[in-house]
Amino acid sequence: MSTADLVAAVMFAAITLYAVFAGADFGSGMWDLLAGDARKGAKTRRLIDHAIGPVWEANHVWLIFVLVFLWTGFPRPFGQIMRDLAIPFWLVGLGIVMRGAGFAFRKFTPDIRSARLAGIVFASSSVLTPFFLGTIAGAIASGRVGTGQVDTEVIWLSPTSLVGGALAVGTCAFLAAVFLTEEANRRGDVELAEELRLKAFITAALTGAVALIGIIPLRSDAPTLFDGLTARGAPEIALSVVAGLATLFFLRRRELRLARISAVFAVAAIVLGWGFGQYPWILVDTVTIEDGAGNSATLFALLVASLIAVIIITPALVMLYRLADTDRLGQ
Amino acid sequence: MALSLGAHIILACFGMAMPAMIYVLHRKGINGDEAALELAKRWSKIAGVLFAIGAVSGTILSFEMGLLWPGLMEKYGDVLGTAFALEGISFFVEAIFLGIYVYGWDRLPPKKHILMLLPMVLAGIAGSFFVVSVNAWMNAPTGFTEVDGVVVDVDPLAAIFNSAVPLQFLHMFFAAYMVAGFTLASIYAVGWLRGRRGRLQELGILVPLAFAAFVTPLQPVVGHFAGQRIADDQPIKLAAIEGLAETESSVPTVLGGIYRDGELVGEITVPIEGLASFLAQNSFDAEIVGLDAVPEEDQPPVNIVRFSFQIMVGIGTALVGLVAVAAWRWRKRRDTFFDSAWMLRGIALSGVAAIVAMETGWITTEVGRQPWIVHGLMRTEEAITDGGWVWYSLIGLIFVYLLMGVAGLAVLRSMSRRWAAGEKDLESPYGPAALETSAA
Repeated sequence: MSTADLVAAVMFAAITLYAVFAGADFGSGMWDLLAGDARKGAKTRRLIDHAIGPVWEANHVWLIFVLVFLWTGFPRPFGQIMRDLAIPFWLVGLGIVMRGAGFAFRKFTPDIRSARLAGIVFASSSVLTPFFLGTIAGAIASGRVGTGQVDTEVIWLSPTSLVGGALAVGTCAFLAAVFLTEEANRRGDVELAEELRLKAFITAALTGAVALIGIIPLRSDAPTLFDGLTARGAPEIALSVVAGLATLFFLRRRELRLARISAVFAVAAIVLGWGFGQYPWILVDTVTIEDGAGNSATLFALLVASLIAVIIITPALVMLYRLADTDRLGQ
Repeated sequence: MALSLGAHIILACFGMAMPAMIYVLHRKGINGDEAALELAKRWSKIAGVLFAIGAVSGTILSFEMGLLWPGLMEKYGDVLGTAFALEGISFFVEAIFLGIYVYGWDRLPPKKHILMLLPMVLAGIAGSFFVVSVNAWMNAPTGFTEVDGVVVDVDPLAAIFNSAVPLQFLHMFFAAYMVAGFTLASIYAVGWLRGRRGRLQELGILVPLAFAAFVTPLQPVVGHFAGQRIADDQPIKLAAIEGLAETESSVPTVLGGIYRDGELVGEITVPIEGLASFLAQNSFDAEIVGLDAVPEEDQPPVNIVRFSFQIMVGIGTALVGLVAVAAWRWRKRRDTFFDSAWMLRGIALSGVAAIVAMETGWITTEVGRQPWIVHGLMRTEEAITDGGWVWYSLIGLIFVYLLMGVAGLAVLRSMSRRWAAGEKDLESPYGPAALETSAA
């Protein structure tokens, strides 16, 4: 394994963490959107405020990490991605601003009308942002970036991109439903927990279906990725299926903490499967990780920085999640 | 980009400087000052909102690095990237501890709770250092060699610790405490002038003002040495600041005036011979390089740079004066400190003034570097994207930032109104309790 491979691995680990943690935050926004009118949805919305309020900013930082790693470790592929996929990136940026501002403002709005407005902004951008991120992933994974195809087609609306977008939205909704069920249950609101548990079942079925059916168009639309997924990425895909089924099982038995863990595995495995599936390409079919990598001294510095990050950030993150989970720390 | 940065830089100042101020208030609070504790709580909520917007505007900036400047990043991404990675870590630490701190009220033992601010203070300092380091690198690029237009032999540490970074960082660091300090103090000064007077408002003026007062007098000193570095490394920037067409010795300092066709019109000359030479080179008859040292296409737009610089220096000087008055009153007239309406009016204006000074300072350094994005190596036009949609995205951005600014101010105002009306916890309006009252 070369230094460039290591840097790419760290970057993919960050993508996975972003997909899982920020994914649950985005998904919560989607449930916020579907929670019903102000009276009916108040309980769900308060739960969501509690669940993601303390952690979403920290979860969001993973994305910044991914970007920094991409432009520092792989400056030329980064430039190419940004040139070819400028439009979805602008849309993602817009979605992130709207979501963050909408969420931060809603809590302190003066009256119900402006709360509703901020809430709608927050919730609808929670759907759009992961969708466009998924289409970006699809465009890269199907080998459309850096080939000049951008001149003849909208490369981020190809079949693979649409699968990516749908899958991103689905996994976010699924993660959030499982997380929120557990959260509601822990806060003793059994009624709400049961409601959310049902939603978790439905989204799990839908997302699983999208994932499995979605592989079919990949065969002709993204042959390199398809080959990778069925070879190097196969164990991860299998793991994802097993973990997904396990989540359903745990949900049924109301083993909610275990359901939460297996849901994380199910989603993380899909993202990792994508990574293994497109190895050794950084831009599928055009640039390999090795060829796209920046200067070796910088790659080494990035690895050192990651090590520092692990040492400093892990304990702090654990502390944050424990506080959000238990409402106290070491008392 | 300039728009996003200009907005982000204000938010970043608060992110950097507020934790330390909250720490002072929280410590007073733990020692029994209830007003201080209440103020610390409020400010932590405000910091939370500002930080959230800062986090998303920071993300937009990192998108823009690629969306607007693919040329810059493709060539130099691996030179200036390490600093960004370290900044990312700092920001992460700050985000985590902010989450813990804001959520930790009434959930953590006070002694432990207040400690959560310290990593934020440190991370704020470290993060701003690394970001400024990237900007400083653009002024004084180093840490690599270029062979036939290809970057080789990158030395990430040398790039981070470039020659411009120490002074530029200090200048920005002090600016952050000035912006946050004067702005917060000005808000409470306005409240005071309108009749909201109490222990809470006293603290709201005194604590941030003390922070600002500490760094304001140091700022011109740092700025002076930063200027001397410019004289050595970026003489054309200095020439633009001085409006100096031709290289001369014993250059006087001139204020105001418009630069047109190689000369200043309507300027006022300070009657000290060679003052500008002295300021730049420590000698009254030193030579200062003029704009004509480089061809016209390598010169920055002189008037923008000059005006910005002079506004910055003018405001900075006025703020030093304000701090001197406040410090004098604090020492000699402490009992009647708040009785001077003139001083309070000055404080009330100081927030906007400090923000303007910072923005103009930033314009000076950025526009003064033009037409280069990386001094002497890459022109801005080589770095910028060739996408035709740039103007649309600019219009879109202006719209979004306006919207966010208006909404943000509206929310902050509503928070302060509800606090003024005696609410403590600011229940969300969609909570069941609030719903029932609004239905009744």
